[in-house]
Amino acid sequence: MASFPFELVSPERIIFSGEVETVVIPASEGEMTLLADHAPMMTSLKTGFLVVGSGKGEERILVQGGFVDVGPKGATVLAERAMPVSEVTGDILAREISRAETEHETVEDPVLKAEAADTVAQLREAKARLGL
Amino acid sequence: MPSLKDLRNRIASVKATQKITKAMQMVAAAKLRRAQMQAEAARPYAERMAKVLGNVAAGVQIGPETPKLLSGTGKTDTHLLLVCTAERGLCGAFNSSIARLARDTANRLLAEGKTVKIVCVGRKGYDILRRTHGKLILELIELRSVKVLGFENAEEIGKKVLNLYAEGGFDVATLFYSRFRSVIQQIPTAQRLIPTEIPQVEEAGSGAIYEYEPSEQEILEKLLPRNVSVQIFSALLENGASEQGARMSAMDSATRNAGEMIKKQTLTYNRTRQAQITKELIEIISGAEAL
Repeated sequence: MASFPFELVSPERIIFSGEVETVVIPASEGEMTLLADHAPMMTSLKTGFLVVGSGKGEERILVQGGFVDVGPKGATVLAERAMPVSEVTGDILAREISRAETEHETVEDPVLKAEAADTVAQLREAKARLGL
Repeated sequence: MPSLKDLRNRIASVKATQKITKAMQMVAAAKLRRAQMQAEAARPYAERMAKVLGNVAAGVQIGPETPKLLSGTGKTDTHLLLVCTAERGLCGAFNSSIARLARDTANRLLAEGKTVKIVCVGRKGYDILRRTHGKLILELIELRSVKVLGFENAEEIGKKVLNLYAEGGFDVATLFYSRFRSVIQQIPTAQRLIPTEIPQVEEAGSGAIYEYEPSEQEILEKLLPRNVSVQIFSALLENGASEQGARMSAMDSATRNAGEMIKKQTLTYNRTRQAQITKELIEIISGAEAL
């Protein structure tokens, strides 16, 4: 399968960089899979798993919000928060969930409130799926 | 004329000080390495962010629909100065040069008849600015308890600034920090934060037609506040590296000065001791001759 350069950066560091074949991203309007030679696209992310597939297997990364920039030369994900699944622990998830919950309770704006509620649901689901 | 004992004590105390400054220098060197690494790790994100923002903004016409963060409020009456300094002193002119730049800017704006508001990040800048512009300071954000600077810290500051902007608290925001050039050179910098400065996109092929999902407008509305936090974050990281660099060179020269002082005082000590011995000898000899 054709490969393309892909980068996942969080504000603090580069989390993934290299040639990949597929990337499944949790876009705000629904999950989508990126393949090589995708048309240039910009989209925002919601909380969920990003799955990077290369010839060697796949890697799952938990991302929370951010943007995807698909250009002619490859794709870049600017994640607000991101962490490879191997580094995620029950404690971290619990802390993130409580953070999202407080945000859900404090935010007034209905759009943001719905977003926060979605984040809480996604994080809970992530927790269940990882069995933590 | 100080006695021999006084001189001895003074030399001992300078030696103790020298040990402290030497240790501080070494600690600063270790911290500098970490701070530089952190700043380097954060750079790709800021770069990509600027690129993406440039791409998106290039396709947007400024109009009444454009988010306020991009187009501004249409006035420049009230200025917010976000002054980022260190939490600790003993780092040469680091804090005072940032504060001086902020103060000069504030004075210039005041002379032009604008309203100025100041938010300090870091205790030291607050201490300096409080004396002259105490009434203009809205808030002091302390990062003393923060061990490793995370994006959350910058985000928190960003949120405060954005809330203030949304309430109509100011029209233009400027960020003051020190850019890290090298260990001996840190450049105090003023950078416009709001309205957002659109980075120039130079890359060839960026004219590609983008698909947006959701709409361009919505993405831009999400990108812009995020960009504010990113800029604050990279400013804080640069500041962190600059602070350690400044402390390192300040402590290096302090150590050297202490060394010189020790040399000088040791010389005085030896001279005084010899003078005393000579004096005693003369007394004995002249006493013997008188007999």
